[in-house]
Amino acid sequence: MKPKNQRLTLALLAVAAIVGAGLLAMSALKEQAAYFYTPSDVMKDHVAPGAAVRLGGMVTKGSLRRAADGVTIDFVVTDGAASVPVRFSGIVPALFREGSGVVADGRFQSGGLFVADTILAKHDERYMPPEIAGAMHKSESLKK
Amino acid sequence: MIAEAGLAALWLGAMLCALQLVLAVAVLGPSSRNSPSSSTSPSSKRTLGSPAAGAALSSRDPSVRWDDEGVEEVGLARLVQPVAVAQAVLTALAFAALIALFVRVDLSVLLVAENDNSEKPLLYRFAGAWGNHEGSMLMWVTILGLAGAAVALLERRLVPRMLIATLGGQAAIGLGFYAFLLFASNPFARLDPAPPEGRGLNPLLQDPGLAFHPPTLYLGYVGLSVAFSFAIGALVTREVGPAFARAMRPWVLGAWIFLTLGITAGSYWAYYELGWGGWWFWDPVENASLMPWLAATALLHSVTVLATRDGLRAWTIMLAVVAFSMSMVGTFLVRSGILTSVHAFAVDPRRGSFLLALLLIYIGGALALFALRVGTVREGNRFDAVSREGALVVNNLLLTAVLGIVLVGTLYPLIVEAVSGTKLSVGPPYFNAAVGPLALLLVIVMGAGPLMRWRREDVAPLLRRLAPAAALLVAVLVALRLLVPSIGLLPLLGLAVAAGTAVASVAPLWRRNLLRTPLFTWGMVVAHLGIAVALAGMACDSAFTVERLVAASVGQTVTVGPYSVRFAGVDPSFGENYEAMEATLEVRRGQGDPAFLRPQARAYWSPPTETSESAIRTVLDGQLYTVLGKQADDGRWQLRLWWKPFVTLIWFGGALVALGGALALVGRVARDVRARRREAAFA
Repeated sequence: MKPKNQRLTLALLAVAAIVGAGLLAMSALKEQAAYFYTPSDVMKDHVAPGAAVRLGGMVTKGSLRRAADGVTIDFVVTDGAASVPVRFSGIVPALFREGSGVVADGRFQSGGLFVADTILAKHDERYMPPEIAGAMHKSESLKK
Repeated sequence: MIAEAGLAALWLGAMLCALQLVLAVAVLGPSSRNSPSSSTSPSSKRTLGSPAAGAALSSRDPSVRWDDEGVEEVGLARLVQPVAVAQAVLTALAFAALIALFVRVDLSVLLVAENDNSEKPLLYRFAGAWGNHEGSMLMWVTILGLAGAAVALLERRLVPRMLIATLGGQAAIGLGFYAFLLFASNPFARLDPAPPEGRGLNPLLQDPGLAFHPPTLYLGYVGLSVAFSFAIGALVTREVGPAFARAMRPWVLGAWIFLTLGITAGSYWAYYELGWGGWWFWDPVENASLMPWLAATALLHSVTVLATRDGLRAWTIMLAVVAFSMSMVGTFLVRSGILTSVHAFAVDPRRGSFLLALLLIYIGGALALFALRVGTVREGNRFDAVSREGALVVNNLLLTAVLGIVLVGTLYPLIVEAVSGTKLSVGPPYFNAAVGPLALLLVIVMGAGPLMRWRREDVAPLLRRLAPAAALLVAVLVALRLLVPSIGLLPLLGLAVAAGTAVASVAPLWRRNLLRTPLFTWGMVVAHLGIAVALAGMACDSAFTVERLVAASVGQTVTVGPYSVRFAGVDPSFGENYEAMEATLEVRRGQGDPAFLRPQARAYWSPPTETSESAIRTVLDGQLYTVLGKQADDGRWQLRLWWKPFVTLIWFGGALVALGGALALVGRVARDVRARRREAAFA
């Protein structure tokens, strides 16, 4: 192969690899981009049961129930417009309480119950996950 | 007084940095005064292949010779190096002043009052100086200055013109960050009146590992800035070739070692400190350090091709630009407040736009220079598709592809939000699905590459050399499939590939005199083996981890994996700036002697924060990981227990990778020193 051609081949390969990676990324994003859901999104879009997603919102006041096993809790997550029941077995972050923001990683069961694997810790009293702040703001302005 | 002195030192450092840039531009040619990075000096056209440049390249004279034909303004040129050194001393003084303020808890300084606290242990008062936005940016500038001084003092390989162009590039980077510090994040601002007590450091950051984590990563980021400056210098002086690559290689290697260490330590910190039992979350902040590492890994391999085989010239320059761009993107992500995470301190749109502007100027400028000059970069040597070079090209393409995927996944949510206002996040499902297969392929190529010859390789002998590794890979695959039918596809492939690659990694040592094998060959073998080891650890963790979650009453025994864990009790416990509930767990494996683990639930006073401190028992074949949770209404305590077989291989592998890098670096530097001595003896 002539040097010019080899160089051209390499350049083309590089472009192909990067474009390929981009396409792969975008197609994976199409499936997974809607990773974060608010309760309103859940109502609006159909979330396939069993797909790993992240749910964010506020813990509805008065909704927290502890199961007899001492490690499982049930609560309702809301963004002001819609609500989703959530079940979690595990150690909740220190600042998890009714009325505060929460982000949960997990899956929907076919009945609409969201089973969380992880409840994300937030690190400050005043902190609200940005996704939730946005969702709350949106549903607030919709109500008006 | 200390604060004012620190600020003054910082201003002086900034002025010297500006002077360094002006001098470099002046020396490199009057026609380029408007922009240092697009200089076209009259002499540079003939430097390539000119006798002077050739002489300077071949001579490894320890003293740089300023009377070379290539440098017109000898007087000015002599100034650049001392200015670079003085600048470093001044910023180091400013940084030392900030540390002093933190150690003394001078609450009349705003930054100290916001982040320091007199009850904090000394180590965290010290490390608190960089555990915040302003301080960490000052540390960044300090390391940048010190790196510039190191180049000015130590670099003997470069022709004078290129050294000056490199220091000019370094000054150009520094200037932007000085401006950022002085105009947007002054660490020395006073607070009047001074409060009686400071707020303290986020307790999650009060951990010895984390105190030294940022400096490690910054050394990596800043090392890449030096590689970037070298690339700019090579483009400006049109000296892209093996000599330049050999000069750049130790810097890339050094930066890469620190990035590797930083990522490994950061992963272990997240694992034990956050109490989630996971070691990688695809958090944007983690990605911010992974992306420069991927680019630096690609650069490290392509710079080797350029240094030893004179191939991949333009590609290497491009990668140097990309690698530094990634460390800028990382800085931007972490420091602009665009993300909300434990590590992202600042939430200030002005700072974000400032950093974004810097990012665009540097990356845009470098890419423009690259586009202008890439035509003048000559062809490198040719090689066959099946060859060591070919494997390294595939390695580079795969690394670049992985980098692209991580970059898209990290930036996509930010871009979507900027464009449409929709908030979304891209999570592990995306990254695992897109990165996992490519990473496995990459590890296979990594195992095969060193078994190939440079320039051209015949397929049949190559296959014979690869046969043992391939056989092991298939054997492990079949054995695991039969013995552990429940294992997932990725962990299964991961373990098989790890086994095959481990064998292939050490194969280059086969039938060699181990004592006479060069240190950098050892380095490569150890680093590649480390990747295989880390991969095995990741696969084991995801395939074999056992988890138990219980509400335990005192005296109760729980089994997890091979361990039985007796919940012996809970007692209050006090630290220097927190109080805690501490569980005592009596853990026993089979009939062995009991050991005690004491996980804590801590409450810090200032700022008031609750954290959980996991307790981990590390044994040869894995870790028992315990976390104490809340007390349930009936008095029982939540306990979370994991048995994680061979999980430690992940970080052990990471440490091996860094060790391999260190061996290679020592080997290269030692060979340089020997060569220089020999030439000095002949002269």
